[in-house]
Amino acid sequence: MVEDLLMKVLRGLVGVVAVILFLSLNVLFLTWMERKVIARIHVRYGPNRAGPYGLLQPIADMLKLLTKEDIVPEKADKLVYNLAPVVAFLFALLPAAAIGIGSGLIAADVGVGVLYITAVASLSTLAVLMAAWGSNNKYSLLGGMRTAAQSLSYEIPLVLSMIGIVAIVGSLSTQDIVAAQSQTWFGIIPKWFIFYQPLAFIVFFAAVVAEMGRIPFDLPESESELVAGFHTEYSGMKFAMFMFAEYIHFVVGSALVVTLFLGGWHLPVISPMVENLGMLKYLVQVAIFVAKMYVIIFVLMWVRGTLTRTKVDHVLSFGWKGLLPLALANVVITGVVLSI
Amino acid sequence: MSIGEQYITIALFVIIGVIFPAVTIFVASLLRKPAKPEPQKYLTYECSVLPFGPAWVQHNVEYYMYALLFVIFDVETVFLYPWAMTYRSFGLFATIEVIIFIGVLALGLAYAWKKGALEWMRGWK
Repeated sequence: MVEDLLMKVLRGLVGVVAVILFLSLNVLFLTWMERKVIARIHVRYGPNRAGPYGLLQPIADMLKLLTKEDIVPEKADKLVYNLAPVVAFLFALLPAAAIGIGSGLIAADVGVGVLYITAVASLSTLAVLMAAWGSNNKYSLLGGMRTAAQSLSYEIPLVLSMIGIVAIVGSLSTQDIVAAQSQTWFGIIPKWFIFYQPLAFIVFFAAVVAEMGRIPFDLPESESELVAGFHTEYSGMKFAMFMFAEYIHFVVGSALVVTLFLGGWHLPVISPMVENLGMLKYLVQVAIFVAKMYVIIFVLMWVRGTLTRTKVDHVLSFGWKGLLPLALANVVITGVVLSI
Repeated sequence: MSIGEQYITIALFVIIGVIFPAVTIFVASLLRKPAKPEPQKYLTYECSVLPFGPAWVQHNVEYYMYALLFVIFDVETVFLYPWAMTYRSFGLFATIEVIIFIGVLALGLAYAWKKGALEWMRGWK
């Protein structure tokens, strides 16, 4: 009995380490990619000094942040201020536990899958509010309040837009959802949920961008009006933790879009070919998944380079008056179509 | 894999999710240069002017309105998930019920919309 428990804990630990490694590598690469892509859109070169194509830039940044002085403002609420970066990282990491990057390659295939992911992901608002309140800074608090209003408003369309998929699959587990998308029409057109639920995809995509706090919904840290929003007062490693958490949200959000709407690790023609190849199968699956994820990530960077920031009232009314009715309509349409 | 195993992993995620950033921040505190304290460094940042007044002040009530609306609609979505999971066994009957349920909530949204609860800063216009 004890050995059994020990085995489970060991297996769990392997999952945790694998997820943290996967996320860290992606985040390191993303900080470089984001700067490079945005620079190219601006017709600049971006980082190009450290290593070939500036690829070692993330390492240099990390070392710099590690050795930076850590300043805690005198007027801050010390306990809340110091706890906020830890909480931010924790709630950024937790959703990743239930997202698989290959069949069986998942840390914890919990039965409540997508519901668990949205539940823990929405808790990251708490970290932002803690940072905002703890800093005792006007810019931070304004940014924090905006974040709270924004992520509450977009939480509902996000959760509602997934109901259609849950109804089609009849399961909340991300593994089952991806497995349901493995078929194709005529062997070439994939039966991905983006084709079954196009309305839900639009709503989900917009809501996920808002939850990530990226342009055009980057009000939490609109740097031209609020300095840096909730992490204005943070420096050194604590600031790095917020950035880390933000990029984990970026990775997890894109992975979620791929899992729910773009067929996860399935790709027509290639997937059936590698079905019987043993270990190589998993390698191909991960490659397909990561490639799809980076397509979404690139699109989001492109959006950042193209659009401007929206005003807070426009952001909120877009969520409540635009996405929410659309998401409700999608639930009704899906329900009617499935029942007939 | 049993159900319990998944939640052991989740528990490990929570534990390591707290330890990892805490240790990283602690290690960084060992690596950095000794601090050179100056009183100005520890002032709250306010674009280089001396900060006046606390930041912990009363906020616009609008934020609270959105939170209230959120509670209503979030509970709604929680009710919709069980239907989505089991609509196969209940069929058309459950779907009609859910449509009535959504209709009532859409009415609620329309009411909030009409009353101006979704307008930002409506008291200032």
